[in-house]
Amino acid sequence: MSALLKSREFILAVVLAAGIALIGIYQPVFVEWDNLSDMLTETSVLFMMALAQMVVILTRGIDLSVAANLALSGFLAALVSQYYPGVPLVLMILAGVLSGLVLGMVNGALVAVLGIPSIVVTLGTLAVYRGMIIIIAGGDQVNASEMGVSFQAFPKDVFLGVTTPIWIAIVVSILFWVFLSLTRTGRGFYAVGGNPIAARYCGIDQGWQEFLAYSISGAVSGLCGYLWVARYGVAYSEIANGYELTVIAACVIGGVSIGGGVGTVPGALLGALFLGIVNTALPVLQITPFWQMAISGAVILAAVVINARAERRPDKLILPEARRLGRARP
Amino acid sequence: MSTPLPTEERYAVLDRAPRRLGATLLRWDVILLILLVLTVAVNAIVSPYFLDVYNLADATSNFSEKAIIALAMALLILVRDIDLSVAAIIALAAMVIGYAAEAGFGAPVLFAVGIGVGILCGVFNGFLVTCVRLPSIVVTIGTMSLFRGLTQVILGDQALTHYPQGFLNLGQNYFIPFVKTGIRWLFIPPVPLSFLIFLVLAAIFGIVLHKTAVGRQLFAIGSNPVAARFSGIPVDRLRFILFVLSGALSGLGGALLAARLGSMRSNMAFGWELDIVTMVILGGVSIAGGVGSILGVFLAVLVLGLVTFGMSLNNIPGQVVSVYTGALLIAVIAIPRIFERLRRGG
Amino acid sequence: MPDPILTLSGVSKSFPGVRALRGITLALEAGRVTAIVGENGAGKSTIVKVLTGIYRPDEGEVTVRGERREFFSPRDAWAAGIAAIHQETVMFDELSVAENIFMGHMPTASGNLVNWHEMRERAAELLKRIDAPIPSGLPLKRLSVAQKHLVEIARALSHEAQVVIMDEPTAALSANEIDDLFRIVAQLKAEGRAIVFISHKFDEIFRIADDFVCLRDGEKVGEGPIASVTEAELVRMMVGRPVDQVFPKRDVPIGEVVLSVDGLSNATEYADISFDLRKGEILGFYGLVGAGRTEAMQGLFGITPTTRGRVLLDGKPLSIRSPSDAIRAGIAYVPEDRQDQGAVLPLGIRENVTLANLHKYVRGLFLSRAAEKEETRRFGRRLAIKAANWEQRLAELSGGNQQKVVIAKWLATRPKVIILDEPTKGIDIGSKAAVHDFIGELAEDGLAVVLISSELPEVMGLADRVIVMKEGRMVEEFRRSRWSAEEIVGAATGARKEAA
Repeated sequence: MSALLKSREFILAVVLAAGIALIGIYQPVFVEWDNLSDMLTETSVLFMMALAQMVVILTRGIDLSVAANLALSGFLAALVSQYYPGVPLVLMILAGVLSGLVLGMVNGALVAVLGIPSIVVTLGTLAVYRGMIIIIAGGDQVNASEMGVSFQAFPKDVFLGVTTPIWIAIVVSILFWVFLSLTRTGRGFYAVGGNPIAARYCGIDQGWQEFLAYSISGAVSGLCGYLWVARYGVAYSEIANGYELTVIAACVIGGVSIGGGVGTVPGALLGALFLGIVNTALPVLQITPFWQMAISGAVILAAVVINARAERRPDKLILPEARRLGRARP
Repeated sequence: MSTPLPTEERYAVLDRAPRRLGATLLRWDVILLILLVLTVAVNAIVSPYFLDVYNLADATSNFSEKAIIALAMALLILVRDIDLSVAAIIALAAMVIGYAAEAGFGAPVLFAVGIGVGILCGVFNGFLVTCVRLPSIVVTIGTMSLFRGLTQVILGDQALTHYPQGFLNLGQNYFIPFVKTGIRWLFIPPVPLSFLIFLVLAAIFGIVLHKTAVGRQLFAIGSNPVAARFSGIPVDRLRFILFVLSGALSGLGGALLAARLGSMRSNMAFGWELDIVTMVILGGVSIAGGVGSILGVFLAVLVLGLVTFGMSLNNIPGQVVSVYTGALLIAVIAIPRIFERLRRGG
Repeated sequence: MPDPILTLSGVSKSFPGVRALRGITLALEAGRVTAIVGENGAGKSTIVKVLTGIYRPDEGEVTVRGERREFFSPRDAWAAGIAAIHQETVMFDELSVAENIFMGHMPTASGNLVNWHEMRERAAELLKRIDAPIPSGLPLKRLSVAQKHLVEIARALSHEAQVVIMDEPTAALSANEIDDLFRIVAQLKAEGRAIVFISHKFDEIFRIADDFVCLRDGEKVGEGPIASVTEAELVRMMVGRPVDQVFPKRDVPIGEVVLSVDGLSNATEYADISFDLRKGEILGFYGLVGAGRTEAMQGLFGITPTTRGRVLLDGKPLSIRSPSDAIRAGIAYVPEDRQDQGAVLPLGIRENVTLANLHKYVRGLFLSRAAEKEETRRFGRRLAIKAANWEQRLAELSGGNQQKVVIAKWLATRPKVIILDEPTKGIDIGSKAAVHDFIGELAEDGLAVVLISSELPEVMGLADRVIVMKEGRMVEEFRRSRWSAEEIVGAATGARKEAA
């Protein structure tokens, strides 16, 4: 129990709850369900993207191509909707997910098979994926009027008082939690990132784990691509430009260590929620939304400083008196 | 039974490794040089406007700000660090310059202000990385948001446009005009200030990195930071200085960009950090540290710049160009590895 | 005689420049503890790596319960019932105790999902079996080294390991923790497992082992029941020859005091380190691995901060806050960890040799390649560095030659005091002799030398005086004229002297 109270996630949750409460006291409208629902709907993509990015970061990698993947996959889904309006909605969404998966697998292959540093690979594919939108479309965009009705309506549907993007985020989060904490493969990500040599001793295949991580990251980007395009009613090459760094920021705030092997599903979700709250709270508080980026920057820095403090390696304890002291406070 | 000790003998140790043509051809800068020649050749054939000196001079001003910052970024990546906040520093510096301009300061002060802002930002980055001991990638993702966030807070959706003419001239006129000597093939081409600064800085960086003690120390840090520290190299001080340098050149870049465009908004130079990192990596600087040359970065800058220019002459949009540069980046790193793999496999 | 659980026959393993194992044959029996003893570099850890599937032997075969087995990976060795508890724990700090025990073979329930409940229960059971009350849900990073060892033992048990290898498990443990560990060893023995025990501490070996195998230079030089030998005999067997014949001690006149250290201390690593070092003198620092010798010298050299103490060089007080201060004052430190701290492997010989005093090769503004070459050639020849050319990357040289380059780098700073930290660790016998010879030469040239070594013959062969450290403090000083191996080892291990 005390371990739970001391955990990073718990502290972050308390800070967030306190923040919401404070804003709520000042502006009660903020804590009304409609507003909270809007906020969660708006943040649903970030929830999922942060989870997917976390898996990659767990393996000591980084995926900078997620936003470009999101844009390209969303664009492809929109094209399917535009040119094959008769196709069932599920297939349109699947087109986005599949496209994302394939693009993620390309990253995975380059990282895992050829051993190219992930930052180089995804920096390259980031440029390629975004540019491909132009090549495919010739500079055109797909507008709301060209997309199918159901394609656009789905993210706005409400089921049991909750919008579909929130439902999807909930389901995806549960899947991630089950996968990361209840499967051998899921635990393998932690093993590979925590201590690659020890992981090899345990018979865990690092390359396979990496490939999987980028593939998952890609598939989730594809799904989010559909949601993004359908929700905002436009698909073009500039969508979610620079969003990859927001996603990574959510992970960092949520306590995912860039050094690998450390990170939890609740942590990443809370990190994303934090950014989501900052986004929506500012207008409610009549603060210009231009504060948003500065605040998230300050919070990222605060989060890394705090995490680094917690992770600092203790000195070597050789003197007997130092060892006694060291043991007294574990 | 103990092993007999080897008898004392003099080994003939050569002064340097014998040169082999194959190895020379596979050197990174040679590959880049070939790419550069190909780029120029293809573009010259495709478009008659490519080899026009005025067009080329304009083209250089489009990539020179990035290229200047790439020099500092190359040193940072060489010592296993990275600075993702450079583009945000450009915007912040350009904004402060804008306000200073409205206060009536002239061009020299404005440039100094820009560089000063950059230095402050670099000091902040360097402090967090070397004194607080945080990973530079995370720190600079944070400061990137912070610096650009500050710009947004102060500027909102405004644009700053009141830069003095003397300042704008530096960004928009040729610093050295086209000089004809009368002989058809002998002339001094027009050079924009930003490109001239890049050339001068590239020469200085190349000499410092490859010819001086400090340069050697940077290679040692990138190759093995622990052994470098054990050898008495002030590792953290040098890393700190590099962050300050990166900030200063970003501030300079901000001044040059503001002078060239004549206006700035809070989204100025958005996403440039990744373009600059791409230049450096394509230039052969290893993200794992310890490997790289300024010549390589210089050639990569020219290749990327001229490809972009050539494609724009043919009305190919910028993002399609980025497909080419992104693919180029991966290909030049992947292809040698694939060959290596085949060689070892077979 | 019962059938052995595991046998090695004729196992050999070579690395470039070194034959790590030569025709090793040994048999491990159920319910017995076999101690493998030998100097550093005698081949102990190579045997462990062969048994755990990290190295594959060049020759020879391994049998488990009479069946010939080949291990291609650590997993194969596990499957064959062999588990190791490593010197530096190879585990996952961020994960829970239970996961560390079961990583790679977690129990699963329906739908292939990990059954955390069962995993925790079984982990708790295993820990209870070895009487280790560690909550199985605790993250590993919160455990002490001793507790981590217990978790590793539990992991070995989770594999139903029949052979348990313990590679210096007591290096970082206190007396009580060692008692606990030995109780568990006795229990594993009673359960009919074979145990391999590797330790430098003789008192422990005589306390826990049933049999011993002695290695020297990769060969087996003795084996039998531990009761059949005395400590002194075992030392002689390890070293193999009377000490002073191997290391002809040079007669060097000892001059005035160069370095004087008084009360050097640090909060957690070492305390009250005081000594005088004279010109031409070789001062040995002996002790067990982890006794604080390296830490104290790194403090002296300015790598880690010290909390107290004075350092005088030639009678003048020094303030050393960084290695460059130390280098400028005339102190050089050749670190123990050659790969990580000494050599810059991707750089060439020339670039390494000149690295610690680059300013000396600056002509005008630039480095003079000619000056660098000259110095490299001078020290390269003096140390008989074997290489194709002076530009060759260190990564391409053998360990011994890498070490010579590192020493050359430090000599090029023209030091007055040179601290050599385990200078012959992990290098082949030929280079070792050359380095030994060279250390004598340095003293002859008037340098003051500090020699940290865990190899007793090396220290006794080369040093004029030996300071023994234990648990971060100096415990005893010995002079060359009156010392014995047994006394020095006794001081380092804290073993009773009458055992010798």
